[in-house]
Amino acid sequence: MRFYEYESKELFARHGLPLGQRAVAESADQARQAAADIGGSVVLKSQVLSGGRMKAGAVKFADTPDEAAAHFDAIMPIVVNGQNARSVLVESKSPIAKEYYVGITWDGRRKLPVLIFSDMGGIDIEEVAETHPEHVSKTHISTILPFSPRVAKEAIGAVGVTGSELNRLTPIISTLVEIFLHYDLTLAEINPLAQLENGKFIVLDGHVDMEAEARDKHKALLDDLGIQPEETRQARPPTDFEIKGAQVDASDHRGVAGNVVGFDGNLGLVIGAGGGSLTLFDAVRKHGGKPANYCEIGGNPSVKKAKELTKLILSKPGVEKIAVMMNVVSNTRVDIVARAVIKGCIESGRDPAETIAIFRIPGSWEDEGFKILKKYNVEFCDRSVSMYEAAGRAVAKMS
Amino acid sequence: MSILIDKDTTFIIQGITGREAVNMTRECLNYGSKVVGGVTPGRAGREIYGVPVFDCVRDITKRMKVNGAVVSVPPKFTRDAVFEAIENGIETIVIVTERIPRQEVAQMVELANLRGARIIGPNCLGIITPGQCKMGGVGGPADDTRKAYSSGPVGIMSRSGGMTTEIANTLTAAGLGQSTAVSIGGDAIIGSSYAEIMPLFEADPETKAIAIYSEPGGRMEAELAEWVRENNSRLPVVAFMAGRFMDEMPGMRFGHAGTIVEGKADTTAEKIERMREAGIAVAERIEDIPALIKERLAEAA
Amino acid sequence: MAGMFIDVVVAPEVAKDKDLAAKLTEVCPVAIFAVNGNGTLKIAEENLDECVLCDLCIEAAPSGSVQVKKLYETE
Ligand code: SF4
Repeated sequence: MRFYEYESKELFARHGLPLGQRAVAESADQARQAAADIGGSVVLKSQVLSGGRMKAGAVKFADTPDEAAAHFDAIMPIVVNGQNARSVLVESKSPIAKEYYVGITWDGRRKLPVLIFSDMGGIDIEEVAETHPEHVSKTHISTILPFSPRVAKEAIGAVGVTGSELNRLTPIISTLVEIFLHYDLTLAEINPLAQLENGKFIVLDGHVDMEAEARDKHKALLDDLGIQPEETRQARPPTDFEIKGAQVDASDHRGVAGNVVGFDGNLGLVIGAGGGSLTLFDAVRKHGGKPANYCEIGGNPSVKKAKELTKLILSKPGVEKIAVMMNVVSNTRVDIVARAVIKGCIESGRDPAETIAIFRIPGSWEDEGFKILKKYNVEFCDRSVSMYEAAGRAVAKMS
Repeated sequence: MSILIDKDTTFIIQGITGREAVNMTRECLNYGSKVVGGVTPGRAGREIYGVPVFDCVRDITKRMKVNGAVVSVPPKFTRDAVFEAIENGIETIVIVTERIPRQEVAQMVELANLRGARIIGPNCLGIITPGQCKMGGVGGPADDTRKAYSSGPVGIMSRSGGMTTEIANTLTAAGLGQSTAVSIGGDAIIGSSYAEIMPLFEADPETKAIAIYSEPGGRMEAELAEWVRENNSRLPVVAFMAGRFMDEMPGMRFGHAGTIVEGKADTTAEKIERMREAGIAVAERIEDIPALIKERLAEAA
Repeated sequence: MAGMFIDVVVAPEVAKDKDLAAKLTEVCPVAIFAVNGNGTLKIAEENLDECVLCDLCIEAAPSGSVQVKKLYETE
């Protein structure tokens, strides 16, 4: 879960990292006031959950409070990579001598956090790694030994930085690593970490991502920063349909019937589980079908929960039929899902035989499930029909 | 032969009195697995389908040699349970639990590496050597498991528990049995990746080919491709890649926790290319896997 | 009112028996049984379709006194 820049900086400030004077503005007046309070030149930055702000024109410099107010109005409407701005951060503009990069992320192969450091900050780190590999160091960090600053020192030294810079950078980078580890972050990045003309270091831009699984553990921090539990902070904000899907899933702790994502098509999908859903969604598209949604059922949800999911999908405008498909199931029961989707159709005022284009869930309790489907004249198939073929049969029924 | 587990493997179930664990215990026993004990703190003295329950792992390991542990406890307690298994000398640990923050997984893996233990999962359904031992929920009820899995030459590794069985079922229907199938887990950080399990299959004379199920996100497929190439593997590998639609939707999380397209290397297109370069066949559909394997087996013969 | 797929029928003498009522409430994993204020048995109709056909209720009561009917098997 990505933090806005102002939230990341608030977290950094609490741990003593050096930051410029700054204020969050939600109106042009606030921007003017902030610029006046800070004094001198300021930079205004769109608070948006995306990179590429500079390119989009969502970062501007102002020499006077009035200019800052005008920039606020210019920046707020700018959509960056599909994301709207929440506010504008007004920050003092400082004379910079040199820029560094520091980031910590996970190395899935080594299964350890990796500290990435470069003395060529301010630009895209992947580009630097490609063009100037000798200016980028990667140092792995143990998750069971207590963190020791020698890791930071080695990372800095590895690109040839020494002298007072090394000694000044070491505690800053160590603190960032400690923040990363303490808050279960998946990314903690400062870019650039700037050295001012007076020799001091300052965090110019930075951002952190917290692991979704760790949100409960760090609830106190999130509450403090005003991050609401329902903020998913995905690549695009959730739609109404998706929010309702999350509510269905949360209504009952048994199993999964959610992870709903809306698409524009006419074929509703009641599919599962994790891997099966990905496979089936591809299969529907390969046959030229137009999915109305993505979803996941699994882990044996209650009849009620899977029924509510079915009803939600059927209520989506444009949905003509649904396809109910899973891989060979082991703990989700075929009969329970069969009951749920049939009941969902009937409670939506639709005929299950007409509405369910295909039911392909073989496995646990399939004999019982198939009896139910037969009784309601729903077309179903067993494991002798592949997931791909089942998807094809559903698509063939769509006009 | 097989990898990781066979008919003599003994294992315990940590969190054995939980709702899902009770079912899993019954079905592992019904399949013929040697479940020699269970652990739930404070429940010592109880029995689950004849399996004695203890307060801690040591109460079992001090009496007998235990090869494996299945960990099925809530996320908050998983790290402790896994540490307990590792420190009591258990060598193969299957973690079923989902939603564990990756730093805790990394801690478990780091300790396991220090002690010479192997972790499978988290967020997985376990391991099965058909006809011999089922360690975890893989395949579901014993009867259903027997329908889908049969003994034979194909090793399976899958990032999806459900798709492990779907692939086994497809192979079985085509007359291709399996040596061992491993549900490796769907998280971004897991105990054993494809490339880390490959050497075991490579060393197993019964395994003649490999089928894998893969997804967007992570570098695991590229790592496998590298391994296959660098070690000049004797095993033909056939992969199925799901989630191709996700290439067009960067930043969105679908399916498993580890399944997200953040950069180019996460896309299915890129992964498919990496694998093909290493001679790994990529099936367009699950049902194409058996023919691709048979072709390669025939070439090898 | 029965469920759409499942109905559970309990003999009146069992339904009146407080001990049996409590026992049924305990064994059913999907809360199909509940007790009235006076300790007699109540069927939670909204949960009937959740029945997992585990037969624990049938085993908990005298033979034949609890029936779990699959409505999709009868005409
Ligand atoms: S069969 Fe099981 S689930 Fe159904 S009513 Fe009886 S106890 Fe409840």
